[in-house]
Amino acid sequence: MSEDQKIITEVTESDYKWGFISDIESDQAPKGLNEEVIRFISLKKKEPSWLLEWRLKAYRHWLTMEEPTWPNVHYPKIDFNDIIYYSAPKAKPVLNSLDELDPEIKATFDKLGISLEEQKRLSGVAVDAVIDSVSVKTTFREALGELGIIFCSFSEAVQEHPELVKQYIGSVVPSTDNYYAALNSAVFSDGSFCYIPKGVRCPMELSTYFRINSAGTGQFERTLIVAEEGAYVSYLEGCTAPMRDENQLHAAVVEIYAHQDAQVKYSTVQNWYPGDKEGKGGIYNFVTKRGLCYGKHSKISWTQVETGSAITWKYPSVILKGDHSIGEFYSVAVTNNFQQADTGTKMIHLGKNTRSTIISKGISGGKSQNSYRGLVRISRKADQARNFSQCDSLLLGDKCGAHTFPYLEVNNKTAIVEHEATTSKVGEDQIFYCNQRGISTEDAVGLIVNGYCKEVFNQLPMEFAVEAQKLLAISLEGSVG
Amino acid sequence: MLEIKNLQARVEEKQILNGINLIVKPGEVHAIMGPNGSGKSTLASVLAGREEYEVTGGEVLFKGQDLLEMSPEDRARKGLFLAFQYPVEIPGVTNANFLKTALNEIRKANGLPSLDSKEFLQLMKEKMKLVEMDKAMTQRSVNEGFSGGEKKRNEVFQMAMLEPALAVLDETDSGLDIDALRIVANGVNALRNKERSFVVITHYQRLLDYIVPDYVHVLYKGRIVKSGTKELALELEEKGYDWIKEENGVHI
Amino acid sequence: MNTAYQHTGTENFVRAFAEFSKENGRILPELNTIAIGRLEDIGFPTTRHEEWKYTNVSPILNTAFSHPGPQFRLKKEDIQSWMLAGKDAILLVFENGYLNTDLSSLDGLPEKVIIASLSAQRSNAIVKQHLAKYAPMKQESFVVLNTAFVSDGAFIYLPANIQIEKPVHVLYVNDSEFHPTVIYPRNLIVADKNASVKVAVSYHSIGSTNAGFTNAVTEVVAGQNAQVELIKIQNENESAFHISHTEAILSKDSVFNISTITLGGKIVRNNLHIVLSETNSVAHLYGLYITDGNQLVDNHTLVDHMSPNCESNELYKGVLGGKSSGVFNGKVFVRQDAQKTNAYQSNKNILLSDEATMNTKPQLEIFADDVKCSHGATTGQMDAEALFYLRSRGIGEQEAKAFLNIAFAADVIKNISIEALRDRLMPLIENKLKQSIQS
Repeated sequence: MSEDQKIITEVTESDYKWGFISDIESDQAPKGLNEEVIRFISLKKKEPSWLLEWRLKAYRHWLTMEEPTWPNVHYPKIDFNDIIYYSAPKAKPVLNSLDELDPEIKATFDKLGISLEEQKRLSGVAVDAVIDSVSVKTTFREALGELGIIFCSFSEAVQEHPELVKQYIGSVVPSTDNYYAALNSAVFSDGSFCYIPKGVRCPMELSTYFRINSAGTGQFERTLIVAEEGAYVSYLEGCTAPMRDENQLHAAVVEIYAHQDAQVKYSTVQNWYPGDKEGKGGIYNFVTKRGLCYGKHSKISWTQVETGSAITWKYPSVILKGDHSIGEFYSVAVTNNFQQADTGTKMIHLGKNTRSTIISKGISGGKSQNSYRGLVRISRKADQARNFSQCDSLLLGDKCGAHTFPYLEVNNKTAIVEHEATTSKVGEDQIFYCNQRGISTEDAVGLIVNGYCKEVFNQLPMEFAVEAQKLLAISLEGSVG
Repeated sequence: MLEIKNLQARVEEKQILNGINLIVKPGEVHAIMGPNGSGKSTLASVLAGREEYEVTGGEVLFKGQDLLEMSPEDRARKGLFLAFQYPVEIPGVTNANFLKTALNEIRKANGLPSLDSKEFLQLMKEKMKLVEMDKAMTQRSVNEGFSGGEKKRNEVFQMAMLEPALAVLDETDSGLDIDALRIVANGVNALRNKERSFVVITHYQRLLDYIVPDYVHVLYKGRIVKSGTKELALELEEKGYDWIKEENGVHI
Repeated sequence: MNTAYQHTGTENFVRAFAEFSKENGRILPELNTIAIGRLEDIGFPTTRHEEWKYTNVSPILNTAFSHPGPQFRLKKEDIQSWMLAGKDAILLVFENGYLNTDLSSLDGLPEKVIIASLSAQRSNAIVKQHLAKYAPMKQESFVVLNTAFVSDGAFIYLPANIQIEKPVHVLYVNDSEFHPTVIYPRNLIVADKNASVKVAVSYHSIGSTNAGFTNAVTEVVAGQNAQVELIKIQNENESAFHISHTEAILSKDSVFNISTITLGGKIVRNNLHIVLSETNSVAHLYGLYITDGNQLVDNHTLVDHMSPNCESNELYKGVLGGKSSGVFNGKVFVRQDAQKTNAYQSNKNILLSDEATMNTKPQLEIFADDVKCSHGATTGQMDAEALFYLRSRGIGEQEAKAFLNIAFAADVIKNISIEALRDRLMPLIENKLKQSIQS
């Protein structure tokens, strides 16, 4: 076995370092999905009747829909009646300070290296931690409250700001949008809500960490971010999940609504359990993320680093409705072992002088399949629209696959749409050059891959960029063929 | 030849030229120097009629006529030539075909008969020597795959072919090594005569060692803040642009 | 229910088949019957079919076409303007799908070279070995349709070590002056080891009001170290329907160059599959489409890299005016064994009008790691920088635009190695560009 192959094997076989199970008692709904379960969830969460109706409408529509088969991913059919749709930590603690936090949960965070205290003390990041669908603790609420910023769990928003929730829920991702969005709309358990009032620039990065915990628990997060005129917010979403043998479904919905001159930056680092090296277990991540640049000069930018999940199916999109609005998508997707990723974006240009940028970097190793799927649509009235897309794939072995499926639909002659894509492997000459300067092959690959992803990492807030680089190192450590 | 009066211009939302005054008489060579961002290339673009540049005030007379009213091609036909800082590549269009079309358009506009292929080739042959250009280059697509030096040489070659009344050289020296610089400068010098005027835009003095100007102007923040003879260029070379900036910082 | 296929229009073809099956001297009688059965099973693609997303074939399926047999009325003078490969070319003229020997000229063929109609050569062992063995029958409805009705076409065979310099021109005329007529051209080109040949296949039509339908299939087999150049020219009138499939199989060290030029037609679909089945084979794919009015031109290409050290290079360009729309779907497959593959693809489009549309989908599917693959696609207006540069040298705006459009198209045409063909194509292209700019 050559040195290079050894390194590939090591990486391919490196265990999921963050797999552990927290032993917290759960308050669960019975297994399966029907109107009763939805009523149970709604009742548990003390929801107003309009929201229950909204859920039921979504559920009834979902029943008429077919599971999509077009993504370039393969998995056994999901039994939607074999999933627990609601699971809350049993006694939800009302905490006055972090010291009162359940020691088990605290330990969980410590293992993740994102202890709330640490976060709070050192980085000033407000963390809305979600374990198994129910918000445990929200920090910095008061500081943000003084600026009129609302940052809380979705359930709290339903209780405290029903008018805002009612106005915006489903306004970007309708409950009937697609199979998984409809499912989420019917059964969503909790999530985050964020509202930035007119002219307010949120002074800190807002952050949520999601974890899927109980065995067999589907997680159906729902996030809603509203930025009023001239508002700005940078929002971070980080995900880790413990090791499980059976596949777990995650079907989240994220909606972003940007009014005139508003800017929303949404960053994700996703390292859910990808399954073991035989391809057993792992998360199914079927997510609908969409932003609406409603007002003039608004801007929504998605940055994602996807290293986890057995299957990722996700296309954070931007609808560029307001004139001069801007959409951006920066993505690093890493797949290894038997992971499958089908991810990309949609940029729908409706307004004049709208601009979008797509930078996608796919890295595949092991026996994984990594697909970029993107749509750029310039509608008839979108005069002077501009798009630039760069989709690069890097292959780290000869058993993996890299695929690109870009759709460019141009209906306006004043548009300029440019798409570039390359597929390559880490160059032997590059590694040799590093070796010759005294850098080990493993470090050289890390260096080169990090450099390859730099355009995307540069978009991440500092503390996230560090985490992303660490994740990349875990996923790839020096693998090259 | 050229009379610029209080010229103001902007690109997109940004005001760049803030009232330029300049008179260039036949046969004169004027150098325009200035730090980066002072508006040198904007001036060249406005003179040639680039659409993104919006003239917000002032006027420009070229041979006594309103230049700003004319389309880019009419300016060229009247004898204005811009040597581009970044000549664009045009795949599929050969240099020879391109130049023949341009030359005959200009001749037509000036009441001259078109050159036939034989006459044209003869003329090309003659002018190619001027910039030591390889014959093969004429059959290649315009600027496609040319090195930086080749592109600049091609610009001077075109100038020789089109014999303009006024040539504006926009940073023609940038990116050239010393040999290429000499070739380009020799080409320009060979075209100097009592009738033809030049506006040489450059950041560095070294080009002016080869193309000796009659006047040197310093552009700063969209205005000509100092004018002099070639000694001014040497002074700038020695002291840099900071003293100009300071001087003007105090005055403004 | 599978909504990617429909059965609209199938019965028209089944009915026509009852007549066709009575014809004597068919080339592939048994396969005809299998194919019509297959067509009855699968039907035709709808726009829910991923590969037919932008191309609705219903107008074709809703037209009743006549299928006249071998009846000829064309005279030599009628085809003069279509002699695109020059007067010296070896010429096969097919009128409504059948060889018109009076118009064809086969002078100066080297010994052992066969250039003839398929129907005349249907007993030839090489025809039996290769005909209908490559073009996919499984889901490709229009290949199946052609196979059901295959009546005639060109057979071009070069034995080992023979190179012919003289171009071969295969000229098809669809005569729809009195009725909408359907023709099913079928071509087979086989070049054995070290052989070389250049073939132009052009499609023309008579009558401008009736919508004729040309459903063509061409199979190309390039043997070891063979060189095959194929130029497909679609210049039928603007109400014509045209759906073609070209399948090429490349052996070791062979080179295949293909140019696909589309100027006419109301709905045109060009499928091109190239299989690089053995090492060191090389394929160059060039395409040009210029549209106006309500034309729809859809180019689907698939380059399948099955073996190591192969190269493919693809350049497709389009100029779209009026309310026309264009589709480019370019797929490159690199199989696991195909290490050291080089694959490049580029699609560039200019939209001339407010109502023109371009849909581009360049696709890379890579299963090998030691490869260099890239694709680029641009859609927009003419290069403003280049336009300004030309104008600043004294060339008027309209002329400068024409200049750049012609240069844009010439970039594709220059790759055709038959000079006579280039010289005759450029005026057609310039003329079409004028129409496109005005529409």
